[in-house]
Amino acid sequence: MADLSYHASTLRPAQAAGGSIGDYFALMKPRVMSLVVFTALVGMVLAPGQLHPVLAGIALLCIAVGAGASGALNMWYDADIDALMQRTASRPIPRGRIGPDQAATFGIVLAVGSVTTLGLIINWAAGALLAFTIAFYVLVYTMWLKRRTPQNIVIGGAAGAFPPMIGWAAATGSVSFESGVLFAIIFMWTPPHFWALALYRSRDYARAGVPMLPVVAGAQETRKQIVIYSALLVPLALVPAFIGLGGPLYAVASIVLGGIFLACALAVYNAREGREADRAARQLFGFSILYLFGLFAVLLIERGVMPAG
Amino acid sequence: MRDDEQRELERRRRMRSIAIGLALAGLAILFYVATLVRLGGNVLNRPL
Repeated sequence: MADLSYHASTLRPAQAAGGSIGDYFALMKPRVMSLVVFTALVGMVLAPGQLHPVLAGIALLCIAVGAGASGALNMWYDADIDALMQRTASRPIPRGRIGPDQAATFGIVLAVGSVTTLGLIINWAAGALLAFTIAFYVLVYTMWLKRRTPQNIVIGGAAGAFPPMIGWAAATGSVSFESGVLFAIIFMWTPPHFWALALYRSRDYARAGVPMLPVVAGAQETRKQIVIYSALLVPLALVPAFIGLGGPLYAVASIVLGGIFLACALAVYNAREGREADRAARQLFGFSILYLFGLFAVLLIERGVMPAG
Repeated sequence: MRDDEQRELERRRRMRSIAIGLALAGLAILFYVATLVRLGGNVLNRPL
């Protein structure tokens, strides 16, 4: 259990009434939420089933709120280490804008609300998958793995990979091999993405005692692992072109974006010292977001603008 | 507690209450619309 005792002594009057609406919004990790919504939308559009646009909108809203719930519960549990890291010190709980109890209540209400609404209005396969995703992120990643093993983001990355599968389940009522491929792409993308961040934030993680790979195994081992995962990711990201999810445009985009991704990963591997190493890691981190967004955007464009058959 | 702190506290509490109210109203509308979409014309199709 996270040590949240320091909050008790630093509670300010504003906490008694809770933070502003903006603080609660920040608690939902809006940037993560936007990627979750986008990948879920792609899963929904690629799925063979037909979903009424209003119902599709409701499903996406539920998935977004479910992701927000995960973010809030993650910030509640990790408040003690968030306060120690530069990147997260300005989050609403460490900043004293929202009390831990309020964040936990907010997260639980959103989680129960989003799962119930998705299950009742859309279908219970999607509802169950959303519940599993929230539970996986909060219980398996945040509470169990994050502070115990450098494999935290490898296994925990599954939580971020589920949204296209939830979108697919919302449209069809079940999951399939195709939605599994979308899951696998995000799953394989997560380690190089987060290890690039961990490389240039390793002091932050070390101070907070989070056993990220650069802290535990060193920067060089992390660079090696980044190259290995990137080399697995790039061919995997080509699979949608062979199973009917993507067309020729996707194949080209996947090869081009994959080539740049590999080049960035190799640059990280080769730049081992000082600012150069830092810059390479930041570059890979930034490009990895663009890469995933690009792949899914092309899938969406090909299916939406140029529907197959 | 200073007056300005008290005012700020009350303002936030009021904003939060409004947000909760709007969220509940939104949820009611959401279920209403979803029911219409799901049932369509069958919403009136029942034995009298």
